[in-house]
Amino acid sequence: MTEEQLAASAPAAVRGRETPARRHGHLRQLTKRDVLTLSLMAGIPTLIQLCLVWLPTLFSIGLSFVRWNGLAFGDMRPAGLDNYRFVFTDYTPFWPAVTHNILWLLFLGVIGTPLGLLLAVLLDSRIRFTRIYQSIFFTPVMLSLALIGIIWQLFYSRDNGLLNFLLGTSGTPHAVDWLGDSSVNIWAAMIAATWRHAGYVMILYLAGLKGVDPTLREAAAIDGANGPQTFFRVVFPAMKPTNIIIVVITIIESLRAFDIVYVINKGTNGLELLSALVIQNLVGEGQVIGVGSALAVVLLVISLVPIVFYLTRTFRSQEDE
Amino acid sequence: MQHPSAAFNRRALLKGAGIGALGLLAAPALAACTGAPASGGGKSGSKSFSFGSNASDDVPKRAYAAFVAAFEKKSGDSVKINTTDHNSFQEKIANYLQGSPDDAFTWFAGYRMQYYSKKGLTASIDDVWDKIGDNYSDGLAKASTGEDGKKYFVPNYNYPWGFFYRKSVWQSKGYQVPKTMDDFEALCKQMKGDGLIPIGFADKDAWPACGTFDYINMRTNGYQFHMDLCAHKESWNQKKVQDVFDTWKILLPYQDPAALGMTWQDAAQKLAKSQTGMYLLGSFVTQQFTDPAVLADIDFFPFPEIAVEGQDAIEAPIDGLMLSKKGGDSQAARDMLAFMGTGAGQLAYWKVDSSNLMTAKDADTSGYSAFSKKLADVIAQAKSVSQFFDRDALPAMASNVLEPAMQSFIKDGSIDLASIESQAKTQYADQ
Repeated sequence: MTEEQLAASAPAAVRGRETPARRHGHLRQLTKRDVLTLSLMAGIPTLIQLCLVWLPTLFSIGLSFVRWNGLAFGDMRPAGLDNYRFVFTDYTPFWPAVTHNILWLLFLGVIGTPLGLLLAVLLDSRIRFTRIYQSIFFTPVMLSLALIGIIWQLFYSRDNGLLNFLLGTSGTPHAVDWLGDSSVNIWAAMIAATWRHAGYVMILYLAGLKGVDPTLREAAAIDGANGPQTFFRVVFPAMKPTNIIIVVITIIESLRAFDIVYVINKGTNGLELLSALVIQNLVGEGQVIGVGSALAVVLLVISLVPIVFYLTRTFRSQEDE
Repeated sequence: MQHPSAAFNRRALLKGAGIGALGLLAAPALAACTGAPASGGGKSGSKSFSFGSNASDDVPKRAYAAFVAAFEKKSGDSVKINTTDHNSFQEKIANYLQGSPDDAFTWFAGYRMQYYSKKGLTASIDDVWDKIGDNYSDGLAKASTGEDGKKYFVPNYNYPWGFFYRKSVWQSKGYQVPKTMDDFEALCKQMKGDGLIPIGFADKDAWPACGTFDYINMRTNGYQFHMDLCAHKESWNQKKVQDVFDTWKILLPYQDPAALGMTWQDAAQKLAKSQTGMYLLGSFVTQQFTDPAVLADIDFFPFPEIAVEGQDAIEAPIDGLMLSKKGGDSQAARDMLAFMGTGAGQLAYWKVDSSNLMTAKDADTSGYSAFSKKLADVIAQAKSVSQFFDRDALPAMASNVLEPAMQSFIKDGSIDLASIESQAKTQYADQ
């Protein structure tokens, strides 16, 4: 047997491991080239993951316990929990940022995601020009959030914006300062984010709806279920995998919300978000590495909750199969 | 069983993917390499060096090119200019100075200069100042000095902060330039009665409000207190600082209520359209008045006196040149900084960018407009010169603490000084 033939027969050998003669481990039956290929396949992604994800994460956690100006390493001094104490008690924008992140999550969860689902259901019911509507609703998803921020600024501008013009308040003292007034600007930003999020959710649900076995609907119809009953009792539960993905996406989108507020006013004056605070403290001349890292760790811990939830659900359903 | 050659091809493909992944890993390293400017400088007596410029806007960019060309002509040295976007240059300054910086670079006077000098990232230039020292006023010399008493900075130009207004509007309504706070308030009241927004104001970008704070603080508590507060030698949580915000609170109803949604450029347009009565900003505001008729109609008055020191102090940020640690070894770079300290050097710059004021005593100011002359006189008469809060204080204090606090003050007139003080402690302790 040539080496190549041997290599090609390896998978078959692995499959046939119940035969006693081949019991002595898999590795021995792999050629050197197999070992090399497999270690490259596993090693390189691991290395990338390690260098780009795990090491920076560990460094961030480490840096959150020091005082450092970001210049020479010699300037680094241990700070214990001082950075966290500062963040939780003294740093005024912190709690508004947490509140805004939660608000963002609720808004996307209660309005953005259901809106996307509604669009998907409507478009799935084969109305005319479905493809055109689909493209229109999906277009914002292809734009970066930063660009969306810029587009919506034109819409929201106090004196020259479309919205105040339509309301007839443009140029008058009653004109609403959609982005400058801290009592409304978070809502304005969330609406802009929803514009994109709904399209994203719509496309995922469209795929999900296509995957639902049509016989389920027929069976429900034969049993006498009406439209809404069919949808909520049969179709929606059948899309469980899609639903889980969408829950996780919604949570992650609300945690990583950053671009829109940063484009509007760098996340100040009513638009504070955790991600914007992290950047403010880590980048630029206003560098306070310890505080910025502590904020990043707080954000990491919060993000771990939905990720762990998602992974446990995924693994559990795999075990069930 | 798979066909052997098919398996081989799959592996070849995987190998290719592996190499691609390695390439991905190498990408940051490559990017880091391109970040290093190819500089001929560094050795003593070398005749070519590099100059890092933050003048990314068209006019200042051409102005620095003209200055460098004049220097090259005079000295025979060759200078490579590396221009970076203005804001990025500022944000990356720490990495820039620690990486492989250019020999000479553009920067700002004040704490921002002292901070990096104290960290040993820039070169002292006392020998240059031996040549050019007589050409600068004491205030400018002081602003170029590090905490260790050595000189680190050569001023190019400065520009005053104050109130800008349209002469024609003031003439038609019979407004008088206010000298004191009482006059100022009365004027605001009168303007409001006339349907104007008395004080133009924009704070979407959070930094412009520092100008108002600096002036009220200097006029209420004096220049030295302001500088000590900036350096955090004074506590924020005291009556003197509360007084500043109490005075400001009186002015709040006269400032543009839409301030938090506007940039300074927006507010400049409002002044141009005569919607606001006056506008407190640096003289760079005039760059926004593209209509020559409007530009000719603009006049200036200094911030009125409040409690102490009359109108002695002025806020006039200075921009100029410094040497990086590495650039300290280049005699040619030192020569260029010395040239910046001469009237001829500054004139070469000013001829292209005339929105600012030359700082050298022997600079030929015969080209100044009457307006520029007025601005220059105001600076010349000032007994003390401040830079700007984010230049005099720790930049992190400005951007992370005071600026957000002022934004909420503008909203509802409330300020929590105890909170500012406790935040200030952390910001300064981290440096």
